[in-house]
Amino acid sequence: MSMLRAIFSHSSGRIGGTIVVIYVVVALLGMSGITPHNPLQQFRIDRLHAPNAAYWMGTDLFGRDVASRLMNGIGQSFLVAFCSVAIATVAGTVLGLTAAWFGKAWDGLVMRIMDVLLAFPAILLALLIIAVVGPGTWTSVAAIAIVYTPIFTRVVRGPALSIKAREFVDAARTFGSSRRYILTRHLLLNLVAPLTVQVTLALAWSLLTEAGLSFLGLGTQPPASSLGLMLADSRNLMENAPWLLIFPAVAIMISILGFNLLGDALRDILDPKTRRSAP
Amino acid sequence: MSYLARRLLTFPLVMLGVSILVFVAIRLVPGDAITAMLGTEAGLLTPAQRAALSAYFGIDKPILVQYWSWLLGVLQGDLGISVIHGKPALTIILERFPLTLQLALMSMCVALLVGLPAGVFAATRNEKISDLAVRIFAMIGQSTPNFVVGLLIIYALSAGFGILPAMGEFTPFLTDPLRNLGQMILPAITLGFAFAASVTRISRSAMLDVLSDDYVRTARSKGVPKRSVIWRHALPNALIPVVTLSGVEFGYLLGGAVLVEQIYALPGLGRLVLEAILQRDYALVQGCVLFIAFNFMVVNLLVDLAYVTLDPRIRLGEGN
Repeated sequence: MSMLRAIFSHSSGRIGGTIVVIYVVVALLGMSGITPHNPLQQFRIDRLHAPNAAYWMGTDLFGRDVASRLMNGIGQSFLVAFCSVAIATVAGTVLGLTAAWFGKAWDGLVMRIMDVLLAFPAILLALLIIAVVGPGTWTSVAAIAIVYTPIFTRVVRGPALSIKAREFVDAARTFGSSRRYILTRHLLLNLVAPLTVQVTLALAWSLLTEAGLSFLGLGTQPPASSLGLMLADSRNLMENAPWLLIFPAVAIMISILGFNLLGDALRDILDPKTRRSAP
Repeated sequence: MSYLARRLLTFPLVMLGVSILVFVAIRLVPGDAITAMLGTEAGLLTPAQRAALSAYFGIDKPILVQYWSWLLGVLQGDLGISVIHGKPALTIILERFPLTLQLALMSMCVALLVGLPAGVFAATRNEKISDLAVRIFAMIGQSTPNFVVGLLIIYALSAGFGILPAMGEFTPFLTDPLRNLGQMILPAITLGFAFAASVTRISRSAMLDVLSDDYVRTARSKGVPKRSVIWRHALPNALIPVVTLSGVEFGYLLGGAVLVEQIYALPGLGRLVLEAILQRDYALVQGCVLFIAFNFMVVNLLVDLAYVTLDPRIRLGEGN
């Protein structure tokens, strides 16, 4: 509760938090089919109709309702973003924690593999994975998760190393606490703050990547809708039907903006070093 | 061991890891290499022909032997033959690379020319309305995917002025510099947009840090004019994070050009990767990915070296 209060008393946290909540609601509605129209239904008479009372954001080339497709697309993009970041967070945390705890050869092996993954520009690594497995929603999830795992591993390993060297961990060991207890209670709990910030920023980044991949035709496949796919479809029609471009474009920008603002606010709140006025 | 020595030692190791990853990844592609190469025609091959082809391409040997001979080839500049183009992959890559390099350099110029002054300006007006405006703009800039920027620019031009950016035939810089720059400026702005926003944010916060340092206060109290304090005393020290960011981002620009080149129909390296993936030209995919990753790593290494020169604390092993 105090966390929520802290976010909403922070100016960019308030805006970011509100945006994220609204998007999550829209995404859930879009995924569960509660949309103004069926996103796949083609109203052939009303093809490329400008926004009006029946079609809030107009219709596309096939007469499908843009607002419904947008809601569905947001759901799709959020599904990919949340799943990939969840996988990357778990994988990165486990790898980072064990690397810090066991050290030696395991640490060396894990960190060298992460170095190799970080040696690729992110989008290129994602493209390589898609080239191997073939495009699709779950390939995007896997690709984005693999790209982001090294970053979480690094975010966890550094602080975990310094916490491991603190006295209270030694004390816990002498008391006979089990390894699992120390790793989860003492190390992991102390890493929640940096992880939360990283998760929020990773969500912004994975939304961006998902949109880019679908825009290239390598992410979500038609007839399912996704924000990137809608933008790709708008390319040849934007002069006559600008609503096909404007709505998805603004939707992507604001969703990423929301997570970026929230991430910045969380960093201010959770990281005592950047806190401007001490309490 | 000093930071520099460690960094130089791990470089070939990581590069080796990258080569293994790329090699293994391409071999994980479902189906065998011959089917991938010949498509449906592979079905017409007799077992003997298939065996002969396997022997020719060396894919009948154990995987380690295959990797070793492939690696030896790569070290000699042999990245394989593109099936679609019928030319060595490296030749095609080197044809396409200058465009992507130029695009990345130009977007970096755009980003620094916009981002640095904006960041310094915002820092000197900390917490005022103009600072807030710059920060909001930077936040929006950072949240806009580059292909969205590109689409919006194209739309604004065509709807507002009835013109379309010059696409179609690409003119190399040396053939006609003016025409080339005219073709490249919009893609460069598109690619540099989010980067400019990052530069703004980083240079603002770095400037704020430096401006609160004692030596800046000393300079001010000595009566050094404000302009000179900002540009001569503070900025050089605030540049270190900007240099790091630029280096890292430059590597990303090389890879991130995929979307921008696609939107503006520019025949660069990014578009080549995409075409290779869509046409299942695996030798070319492998070559491109290896080439871009190598450049990315070299750029990152150079950034670290520049960093060491700029900040002596790291050279002495304190920064780590």
